[in-house]
Amino acid sequence: MNANIRWRRRLDTAAEKIIFGFAFVAIAIIFLIFVYVAREALPIATGSVEGITLVSPFTAPFSWQPVSGAPKYNVVPLIVGTLKITLIALLIATPLALAAALYTAEFAPGSSREWIKPAIEMLAGIPSVVMGFFVLIVLASWIQSTLGLDFRLNALTAGIGLALAVLPIIYTVSEDALTAVPPHYREASLALGASKSQTALRVVLPAAMPGVGAAIVLGFGRAIGETMIVLMVSGNAAILSLDPGLPARTLSATVAAELGEVVFGSGHYRVLFFIGTLLFIITSLLNWAGDRFKRSLRIRLFGSA
Amino acid sequence: MSYPQTMSRKHFPLLTLSMLFLMSACAQPPDQPGAANQTITMKGSDTMVQLGQRWAEDYMKGHPGTTIQVTAGGSGTGIAALINGTTQICQASRPMKPEEKASLRQQRNADAAEIPVALDALAIYLNDRNPIEHLTIEQLGRIFRGEIANWKEAGGPDAPIVLYGRENSSGTYVYFKEHVLANADFAEKYQALPGTGAVINAVKKDAGGIGYGGIGYATAVKTLPVAKDASAPAVAPSMENVYNNTYPLSRNLFWYTAGAPTGAIEELVDWVLGPEGQKAVSEVGFYPLKAPKPSQ
Repeated sequence: MNANIRWRRRLDTAAEKIIFGFAFVAIAIIFLIFVYVAREALPIATGSVEGITLVSPFTAPFSWQPVSGAPKYNVVPLIVGTLKITLIALLIATPLALAAALYTAEFAPGSSREWIKPAIEMLAGIPSVVMGFFVLIVLASWIQSTLGLDFRLNALTAGIGLALAVLPIIYTVSEDALTAVPPHYREASLALGASKSQTALRVVLPAAMPGVGAAIVLGFGRAIGETMIVLMVSGNAAILSLDPGLPARTLSATVAAELGEVVFGSGHYRVLFFIGTLLFIITSLLNWAGDRFKRSLRIRLFGSA
Repeated sequence: MSYPQTMSRKHFPLLTLSMLFLMSACAQPPDQPGAANQTITMKGSDTMVQLGQRWAEDYMKGHPGTTIQVTAGGSGTGIAALINGTTQICQASRPMKPEEKASLRQQRNADAAEIPVALDALAIYLNDRNPIEHLTIEQLGRIFRGEIANWKEAGGPDAPIVLYGRENSSGTYVYFKEHVLANADFAEKYQALPGTGAVINAVKKDAGGIGYGGIGYATAVKTLPVAKDASAPAVAPSMENVYNNTYPLSRNLFWYTAGAPTGAIEELVDWVLGPEGQKAVSEVGFYPLKAPKPSQ
């Protein structure tokens, strides 16, 4: 009997160690990817390739012409293009996702909630190349003629396509935050005579606000790294402009389109890895911020993390 | 009935199946001497990927022992793969640059063998509704450099010009930049699309659109006659005009190998340059080589 227990304990510790090992490998892989990407970009920091430095990709002339007699590697139009498309996507996706989350968490009868949530989450499972194709073939011409735009492929259309991709993330995370609000918040509000919608908008939503913040930040992270939809729909022209009707080129699409061809070790190659490092840092920071938001939601609702 | 017997009976169908698989694997025809099972890899130009696939299909029909894998990615990608040794044949819509040849020599210790396999007219695509009838190379250069932004300045209607083309990993992009833009940069508003199919699709849907790409892709768009300069006549990208060298954007499509092709690859090259291979060229929409077999 005693031996049996000892044996079980040993098995337990072994299983724990194996699981820890897997978790460690996952983290190590992420770390090694970062080290590899950053190392390939490193010669830029020392200014040893084609005179590119850490500053030169950000100073005038603001032009991205990497295959040229005098290559110009300026990432400012790419950053502006990325942020422009991402902001459009968030402006469209956030209200829609939030309204849907409020509905499912506060108003929907139990039976319909059971299929609404999985249905919206299924949107996240559609491959982005399919989404891009749909926007390119179905939406692009319609948007252009409805709004009278000069360009069929532009930042606005790409933003709309991207909104489809980030909507399920914002929806799921904020719906989780809303349902995490303890029932006594609602009961107290209803007992004081507030209507159902007053309770939802003025009590539950403010209580879950950090969770909604997390949802938006995580959606932002997904949108900034999304490649296929923007590659297909944005027109990929590196223009420094805030006009949403113009084509735009994003950081991720630039890496995807150009990395296959570059000469190993060239300035172009280094700059593409530099862009990869930038993207990695930005999305990591956003994920970290999302996590902080989630933590502060837990502290606010339950008093501890 | 004892336990192990039940088990073996349960597994009996599975066993039979795996035996059958094994037997069928053994039952393949024995390798004939000199015609061993071969896999040939081809990578490169997006312009040529349809052509390459067509060649592969036709060739594999007549040569059951040979498997040919064709992938795209752009001429630059294919050349890089040839240098790194990850492909045996590189399809390219532009000639290899001297520095690429040098790094091939350095990495693989072999000279690049250049084999022209087909002819192409780099066509200028316009939307069907665009009334423009011809442009000169100089006008095209000004349009794609962004110096002309309205069709009115090129003798057309008052409508903005929308530029479409390929990404900078494309051999066609590089060719166009050299021969039309005089190596200057493309306009800021030039829209780089992934693949010639995407360019055709964009021009088809955009009344003010203009794009470029291989003649083999030109469906449902207008292919514009082009004049060498203002005094020369405008010439359509037809087979005849490519053969008599009057179409200004005629070009060779190439295969490259590291060192002269040998064995199965040499057989494939001979077949591609022969009547069957060249017939496939015209069926895909490109132009066959004039001479049946040019010097390498």
